[in-house]
Amino acid sequence: MNLTNDDVQEILHLLDASSSNEFHLHTERFKLALRRAGDGLWAQSTEILSPPKLAGSVSEAPLAPLPAAAASTAPTLAVDSLMDVRAPLVGHFYRAPKPGAPPFVEPGSRVEETTVVAIIETMKLMNSVYAGVAGRVVEIFPENGQFVEQDAVLMRVDPEPPQ
Amino acid sequence: MIHRILIANRGEIAVRVIRTCRRLGIETVLAASEADLDSLPARLADAVICLGGPRSPDSYLKVAAVIAAAKMGKADAIHPGYGFLSENRDLALASAAAGIIFIGPTEAQLDAVGDKLKARGHAVAAGLPVVPGGQAATLDEAQDLARSIGWPVLVKAVGGGGGRGMKLVEEPDRLVETLELAVAEAAAAFGDPRVYLERYVASGRHVEVQLLGDGHEVVHLGDRDCSIQRRYQKLVEEAPAPNLADGLRAEMHRAAVAFGRHLGYRGLGTVEFLVDCQRNSFYFLEMNARIQVEHPVTEAICGLDLVAEQIAVAEGRRLAMTQEQIRFSGHAIECRINAEDWTRDFRPSPGTVTVAEFPSGPGIRVDTHMQAGARVPPHYDSLLAKLIVHGTDRAAAIERMGKALALCRIDGVATNTAMHAGLMRAGPFLAGGVDTAYFPKFLSEGASHG
Repeated sequence: MNLTNDDVQEILHLLDASSSNEFHLHTERFKLALRRAGDGLWAQSTEILSPPKLAGSVSEAPLAPLPAAAASTAPTLAVDSLMDVRAPLVGHFYRAPKPGAPPFVEPGSRVEETTVVAIIETMKLMNSVYAGVAGRVVEIFPENGQFVEQDAVLMRVDPEPPQ
Repeated sequence: MIHRILIANRGEIAVRVIRTCRRLGIETVLAASEADLDSLPARLADAVICLGGPRSPDSYLKVAAVIAAAKMGKADAIHPGYGFLSENRDLALASAAAGIIFIGPTEAQLDAVGDKLKARGHAVAAGLPVVPGGQAATLDEAQDLARSIGWPVLVKAVGGGGGRGMKLVEEPDRLVETLELAVAEAAAAFGDPRVYLERYVASGRHVEVQLLGDGHEVVHLGDRDCSIQRRYQKLVEEAPAPNLADGLRAEMHRAAVAFGRHLGYRGLGTVEFLVDCQRNSFYFLEMNARIQVEHPVTEAICGLDLVAEQIAVAEGRRLAMTQEQIRFSGHAIECRINAEDWTRDFRPSPGTVTVAEFPSGPGIRVDTHMQAGARVPPHYDSLLAKLIVHGTDRAAAIERMGKALALCRIDGVATNTAMHAGLMRAGPFLAGGVDTAYFPKFLSEGASHG
């Protein structure tokens, strides 16, 4: 049986009446630390150490490694004038506003600085990715739906000389 | 009698359900995605079954996988938590077909309120006032409808709720673009791409009434104010709603109960209202047919364990109390601690938590799935912990919240704890009864003061 909130409350009761300012308990199953914080309050940190009891899986796919995230593996050409469009945050990369819709851009598409070129879905939010530079899309690296790390290079754009 | 519950959810609500199950002597099986197999609820549950891949559509949104997990775990009931499949008719139907109790309303009731358009119809039938709006089949129809409603309009996901799947459109040019993004988000978040339009009421308070029904009788457990929101995401909730005229409060309680009775409602449900402070009137927004994130503030003021009540009515029991027996005491506030960098436009901050320290003491409750080493995956929402305080009155509760926030320490990911601390000192919040336009203003003013 693991530590419950009631257990912690009982321990707090005992400690409130004592002169101790700290309390540490470390068992095989949990770690509990309490630190007196004044005004009858305590700062508490609990760690449940017991491992989960995995009873099975109903996953259709066996527990396979996730498709590798496109991180720092993006090609870095020696010296060129191409600009990187990078992932503003970690998440799933989508090329179109919704499933089945045409992609925002293809290689060859002309973009403005403010053109939305992709979506990164993170923590249930769709975050627009902007080109950040005016020019022509040269390459798009991740597959649609692929998981990408923050700052992963998503696309390369051949910038236009300033007008 | 329910002996073993499959929890088809994750995060703090999974921990919350496990806590009540333990108290009641009910075994728990957690249905977890690959990303959550080592989470705190997985460590607390009596057993864990892997549902599938980390992305919600591969796991938490997969009805067949949840049912298969319930069978594999020999569970006699499924608790769906909030979000994910909590208001999904197919899960209710499939549970019934498999001889497993779905801890929630009936399939017909889920249909009546889960589809936000049907819910509007039922609200009208039960005599509740609604906001002007409706559905559009094509983009042209949407333009026409928006024109007739008047700008700005809200685009809302039919399958949405809990603040997810709503977008504001201020001008006609943005409608198509917003609709497309809303459809994509709705499909990803709820597995239902349909959206509808509603008039945007700029200045209003979000007040909701907690219902509990057993299929025969319906009682209310008071109201909550959830007006502190950013982009329709609730950040702070309190019970009871402060500075609400007594007559209006009683009328909202009556309206919510009338809606519940109209449906013959069974389970926990929340009727959300938009309160027009100037006109001293209210509109029905929607009903959430599940436990809410903010249910602890109600538990704090009425002394009930709402998960236990949910389980009791799911077992077919009658309500254990009458309306007159429900008593309210004091004031409760909840702050949602999220993994987001509020100083950088609330950018999501997934990662690994290295330190998780929370306040403990009288009148303080923390619902969380965080501990040192916990991972915050990028696949789900950003809620890390709910800090709930209870005081004899609102001022006492706010003071306690200030102290509690100061003792919250989460390292490894960015959090919004300091933002909450600032809010607890802000004049308009201290005065009580702000509308939904207040919080964005608080943020922009706070930012300009550094």
